[in-house]
Amino acid sequence: MPPVVELQHVTVRYGARTALQDVSATFPTGAVGLLGPNGAGKSTMLRALLGFVPPTEGQMTVLGLDVAKSPLAVRARIGYMQETDGHIPGMNAVSFVAFCGELSGLPRADAMQRAHEVLFYVGLGEARYRNLETYSTGMKQRIKLAQALVHDPELLFLDEPTNGMDPKGREEMLTLIADIARNKGLNVILSSHLLPDVEYTCEHVIVLDKGTVATQGRIEGLKGPGGSLVELRVKGEPAPFFAALAGAGFQVHESDDDVMRVFVPEGHDPQAIFGLASTHRIQVRHFRPSVETLEDVFAKAVGEA
Amino acid sequence: MPIHDQGYRHYAGRKRPLGTAWWVIARQQIRTVLTQKRYLALLLIAWIPFVARVVQIYLAANFQQAAFLATSKELFRGFLDQQGLFVFLLIVGASGAIADDRRANALQVYLSKPLTRVEYIAGKLFAPFAFVLSVTLVPALLLLIVHVAFAGSLTFVTQNLYLLPAILLYSVVLALVGTFTMVALSSLSKSRRFTALTFTGLFFFTTAMYQALQRITGSQLWALMSPRDLLSVIGDAAFRIPGQRAVPLWAALIAVMVIIGLSVAVLEKRIRGVEVVK
Repeated sequence: MPPVVELQHVTVRYGARTALQDVSATFPTGAVGLLGPNGAGKSTMLRALLGFVPPTEGQMTVLGLDVAKSPLAVRARIGYMQETDGHIPGMNAVSFVAFCGELSGLPRADAMQRAHEVLFYVGLGEARYRNLETYSTGMKQRIKLAQALVHDPELLFLDEPTNGMDPKGREEMLTLIADIARNKGLNVILSSHLLPDVEYTCEHVIVLDKGTVATQGRIEGLKGPGGSLVELRVKGEPAPFFAALAGAGFQVHESDDDVMRVFVPEGHDPQAIFGLASTHRIQVRHFRPSVETLEDVFAKAVGEA
Repeated sequence: MPIHDQGYRHYAGRKRPLGTAWWVIARQQIRTVLTQKRYLALLLIAWIPFVARVVQIYLAANFQQAAFLATSKELFRGFLDQQGLFVFLLIVGASGAIADDRRANALQVYLSKPLTRVEYIAGKLFAPFAFVLSVTLVPALLLLIVHVAFAGSLTFVTQNLYLLPAILLYSVVLALVGTFTMVALSSLSKSRRFTALTFTGLFFFTTAMYQALQRITGSQLWALMSPRDLLSVIGDAAFRIPGQRAVPLWAALIAVMVIIGLSVAVLEKRIRGVEVVK
């Protein structure tokens, strides 16, 4: 399967600030998470792919089309759910979504019919005649998804789709996104700084950090590349012990609580941790084999050790 | 729990070709305006002077006592001058054209669709432009037809053939200057009220400045800084009426082009999918 989106050595600058630096990435078909802390360049990448921000260097293709040469043809085949709220003043949900459909090339009658359909699909069927300005944050997120879907795009760009939603609404939004990607045959690029959102909906992930690609690949592959993981809690002076672990090839990731996660590379014996602890007069209070999560992948990728 | 799966289907119909989205925007603008009773009333009231002129033409054509009301080029020039008030109000009514979109953060919604910035701007310009022509060009041309109908001959028209292009030129220039300026101003703010006040202020301020500077310096060339007076110069020249301002037509036309050029430059800068703060 050819990639849905491909970036080759893309650099984007806003004046003197570099938002993306020599980024090369391949988005395969299906759902791909674009992960990174705030300011990593996720939204900039989506805006560059939409043609809003021309890159100073590099080349981008979307669905086989060169973004620089055919931005309109690209935008005709994608749906974009922007991060910030956005609507056309004075419209209700049906007229807004139908209007977006018309802007995307649907004939008027078809746009209206599809507006009703997608509004039911995203769960706004009963509220579709309400003025958009009276919508709650969660409803606004859904209406943004509806306007991105109305023209039946081949690829969806979702920029922080669960922003500001309550837990129930967030779960429903993620279920919708997963359904779109797995059952409706649409390709999805989900930009988020929320790891669970990406882990729930996507098979692939591209991690951005400070405008560069920190890592990319299948989530399962990134989570389990040989080696193992243990949770560890110790008593004693930890700094020399951690240094010794690092010297022995282990990676230590501290967490907010007193439990740390130690990556044991392939070929290393986890039992060696006890030997090092004993050498540095450290009591091991808790030692439990664990599984690697996307959070660990992210932490390793962006160097949050 | 599967939720909301109530019939998302893939679209199997044909889509419109690219490059037609401007008309979708224009049509939506027109529809929005026509649902506003005040605007609709203004459009209707703007035709009252036309009715008065029709009566004048009728009287002049049918009653010798009313011969002093005979149709002349001054009638058309005066009519279009009278319409200036309605043109001003119609243009002020379009102050939210882009300001409303900026307030609602709608620019990204528009520009993420398959349309260019030029199409977006064209869509936004079209409605006020069309409404202005509907109270200037259309009734003025109808007055010519009414005259022919009441007079029963084409003599006046054939003797004053320049009136057709004059009406067209003056109406179009009036509409272009007004709509470009207003839409450009609208792109600078998120408030339609602020935009309307700025436009009104500019209109009256530049007129007052011209009059003051003209009195102080004695030069009428200051009319070049006042859109209202520029348009008068162009109108006088188009209708072949001796002008009150000693400003050459070419200078007035260049000044009009500068106004439109500045508006285009502002729109080019402001209408973007991403606002870059440097």
